[in-house]
Amino acid sequence: MATRQTRGLARLMLAPSVIFLFVWMIVPLAITLWFSFQQYNPLNPINDRFVWFANYVIFYSNPAFFAAILNTLVLVASVLAITVIGGILLALLLDQPMWGQGIVRILVISPFFVMPPVAALVWKNMILHPGYGVTADIARFFGLQPIDWFANYPLFSIIMIVAWQWLPFATLILLTSLQSLDGEQKEAAEMDGAGFLSRFWYLTLPHLSRGITVVILIQTIFLLAVYAEILVTTNGGPGFASTNLPFLVYQKASLEFRIGQASAGGIIAVILANIVAFFLMRAVGKNLDK
Amino acid sequence: MARSVTTGHKAIATAGAWIVALLIFFPILYTIITSFKSETEAIAGFDLIPSFTTESYAEVQSQYNYFKPFLNSVLLSVGSTVIALAIAIPAAWSMAFSPTRRTKDILMWMLSTKMMPAVAVLFPMYIIFRDLGLLDSRIGLMIMLTMINLPIVVWMLYTYFREIPGEILEAARMDGASLWNEIVYVLTPMAVPGIASTMLLNIILAWNEAFWTIRLTTTDAAPLTAFISSFSSPQGLFWAKLSAASTLAIAPILIMGWFSQKQLVRGLTFGAVK
Amino acid sequence: MKLNTLILSLCGASAFAFAAHAQSITIATVNNGDMIRMQKLTDDFTAKNPDIQLNWVTLEENVLRERVTTDIATKGGQYDVMTIGTYEVPIWAKQNWLLPLDNLGADYDVDDIIPAIRGGLSADGKLYAAPFYGESSFIMYRTDLMEKAGLTMPDAPTWEFVADAARKMTDRANDINGICLRGKAGWGENMAFLTATSNSFGARWFDEQWKPQFDQPEWKQTLEFYVNLMKDAGPAGASSNGFNENLALFQQGKCGMWIDATVAASFVSNPKDSTVADKVGYALAPDNGLGKRGNWLWAWSLAIPAGTQKAEAAQKFVAWATSKAYLDLVASKEGWANVPPGTRTSLYNNPEYQKAAPFAKMTLDSINAADPTNPTVKPVPYTGVQFVAIPEFQGLGTTVGQLFSAALAGQMLVDDALKQAQDAATATMQEGGYIQ
Repeated sequence: MATRQTRGLARLMLAPSVIFLFVWMIVPLAITLWFSFQQYNPLNPINDRFVWFANYVIFYSNPAFFAAILNTLVLVASVLAITVIGGILLALLLDQPMWGQGIVRILVISPFFVMPPVAALVWKNMILHPGYGVTADIARFFGLQPIDWFANYPLFSIIMIVAWQWLPFATLILLTSLQSLDGEQKEAAEMDGAGFLSRFWYLTLPHLSRGITVVILIQTIFLLAVYAEILVTTNGGPGFASTNLPFLVYQKASLEFRIGQASAGGIIAVILANIVAFFLMRAVGKNLDK
Repeated sequence: MARSVTTGHKAIATAGAWIVALLIFFPILYTIITSFKSETEAIAGFDLIPSFTTESYAEVQSQYNYFKPFLNSVLLSVGSTVIALAIAIPAAWSMAFSPTRRTKDILMWMLSTKMMPAVAVLFPMYIIFRDLGLLDSRIGLMIMLTMINLPIVVWMLYTYFREIPGEILEAARMDGASLWNEIVYVLTPMAVPGIASTMLLNIILAWNEAFWTIRLTTTDAAPLTAFISSFSSPQGLFWAKLSAASTLAIAPILIMGWFSQKQLVRGLTFGAVK
Repeated sequence: MKLNTLILSLCGASAFAFAAHAQSITIATVNNGDMIRMQKLTDDFTAKNPDIQLNWVTLEENVLRERVTTDIATKGGQYDVMTIGTYEVPIWAKQNWLLPLDNLGADYDVDDIIPAIRGGLSADGKLYAAPFYGESSFIMYRTDLMEKAGLTMPDAPTWEFVADAARKMTDRANDINGICLRGKAGWGENMAFLTATSNSFGARWFDEQWKPQFDQPEWKQTLEFYVNLMKDAGPAGASSNGFNENLALFQQGKCGMWIDATVAASFVSNPKDSTVADKVGYALAPDNGLGKRGNWLWAWSLAIPAGTQKAEAAQKFVAWATSKAYLDLVASKEGWANVPPGTRTSLYNNPEYQKAAPFAKMTLDSINAADPTNPTVKPVPYTGVQFVAIPEFQGLGTTVGQLFSAALAGQMLVDDALKQAQDAATATMQEGGYIQ
């Protein structure tokens, strides 16, 4: 049992992190909240004034708003689904004995090290470009019309890029988790004559649940904030087909300089993030306590 | 391992894994290949064998001296990581070994601070940084990167520290070891892999942060994310040049990642292993 | 915590050492060819001004615009010289954010600047930015394909002729599209082209009372013409094509015609990059007989923010970079074809330049055909040919651009796109206090 002295010390050690983060959170949040009640446009300050909830109303009645909310959720959910399922499959594959396992693993985790703007540029130009991208070359090789990914499947293309960036992370965590599975248990199950599928379903998957939880939790935080990939590739379009909430806020703030509306959008994004986090915690959080 | 592995099984697994791995790695590989092509080759259609010209690299270097942003990237990512660890290790230690009823809530709250979209606070932040004289300063950016990644660092360290059996600490305490000795001789050796892994992850995240590092810098503190931004979407098609710049921007962190892969993986579990 | 402090102070010291140069000016530029060339030629400037050191910040266009606008709106003071366009200059000058350029030196010859460009960069008779290069838009076409279609391109074609030619030149089997036009959403992308085009159809963004005009027949005519033409004769996936994408298509011989920036001429006529370099002709942007052509006017220009501490050094640099001597310098080092175009009348009178740049006359004619203060058929309360010089335009133009891009992609009907554009424009103008 910890003594009172060490408990006091523990508080003291925790304090810097909590205080710094609290200040870090509360100051911008307060300013954003304040701005969200203002009409504030530094480029055209003539009409700047306190407007109560007008910014929220404007933001809400923007035709892009619901599209953006939906796109945000679709983006997060799709990337999570792809990376978790893909990560499990890849982890199972990489867990097999093979030649050159070290190099394979290095190749698989590499996308995680690529900065988002570079990833987006590479995918946009080298891979998906309808004229000179590799996919266009492949299509032409088979005598097909190259697909213009960003025009016809804008959100899907972005999901693909983001999933590519996060698949390695999911794979690594799930692989580590998989490798911690007790070998004896596996053998026992094999001896019992359990087939691969039932072994996977009743033994492996429950064991991985903690890893999956971690992947979902960490990735959600980052995925809710995706914007660089959109900025580089589709600019939110065509129409609002690939505009998510951060990108909409970005447009308001950095393109239109409607700081009031952008702040209102920021507050809405925070609320959305917390709703997602709340359901996430209820759905998967208990896995973390085991 | 007692499981008998047939060579056939191994061969199939090898083939499958290599195909998938190469597919995943392909965009990076193709970028590196394209960086050694001439501009005409770069848009001439699919070709895996470049003419191995380094003209694009020379062109990139003559436009933007690579070493300054490179140095800034190193300073910023390592510096912010050191600061983050200095703040986070005590916090994680305290949460792992003297947990209270609120520990979980504090952790979740910390993570939730990351959910504030950066884009929404750019304007206020820019003004704060201006008033503090921190625009285009490495210190300012270091603080920024530290605070952005601190929640992840605390959490990762916490999950790692929690795996260290408390009994060992109890035993050390029985021996009359002081708290300091406890930390230095008992905790540290056990915690080093977790700390190393956290450090690596944080360096990667800081290196790749591409919002604040572009918006809050001009010349002195500009890291490689700003470097890449001066090559993206120019007027005209310069894919070989773009590839060379991309390769230069990601190469250091890629190589670091490859070499430290084992250390990174060992601690990158966030407590997922049980 | 000690380590922490140590690192902080160490970095502080080094940052301070960097900032200690007495006269170093920071210049924000866009990453296009002419600007990068200027960066490489700065030895000439530093040799003449050994006490001034130049720091460059080169960024892609969108990021540059975002950075400099944030900085100037917050008075961040990060830059001493900013590269901005004809869109920003009147707005920023009105806010008193820019220093007037009244000390450019005795041999600068302000009157040599092409009048249309100079007008776009001045407010109340004072020059607020010096043009580094200027551009308009015109038609680039394939002489061989035009001949094959049995047509001759006049110097000043009508839209009717262009549409007809485009449909005749289209050869889907051989992957040849009659016409390539911008479709990618953005106020400086598809809206630059469409706004300029709409002028020739007699459309306007706002009437004299700032009432949005997307509900008027001229806009419907413009948009329908564009969407139908692109459906019949445009490349697949045109809704994501910007300048670069169309340049690539044209260089690969996949476009019969391309209406875009005059600077593209030096790319498409350069045999190093272009497969069709010897088969390109030029013509003025089309009209509809209403007295206005569908070409724009743009100049990347150097301006000095009002907050700078180093106005004198900054002005010296601006004068150097936009002087006649700089044009001579580029010509002597890289040849006349690489001289930044579109700023000075004397350049177009230079026989050597005319010889090196076959598109010179057409460029000058195009620039002169644009009138930023009187852009379209009916009177308007704004300046700007392919934009409306009000702060709200970046956002509004991009929103409308997204709608029109969706109409081009077939995701939205022309009427719906126009209706939503009208709504968006009305809301914006109400919010900005232009209309009730």
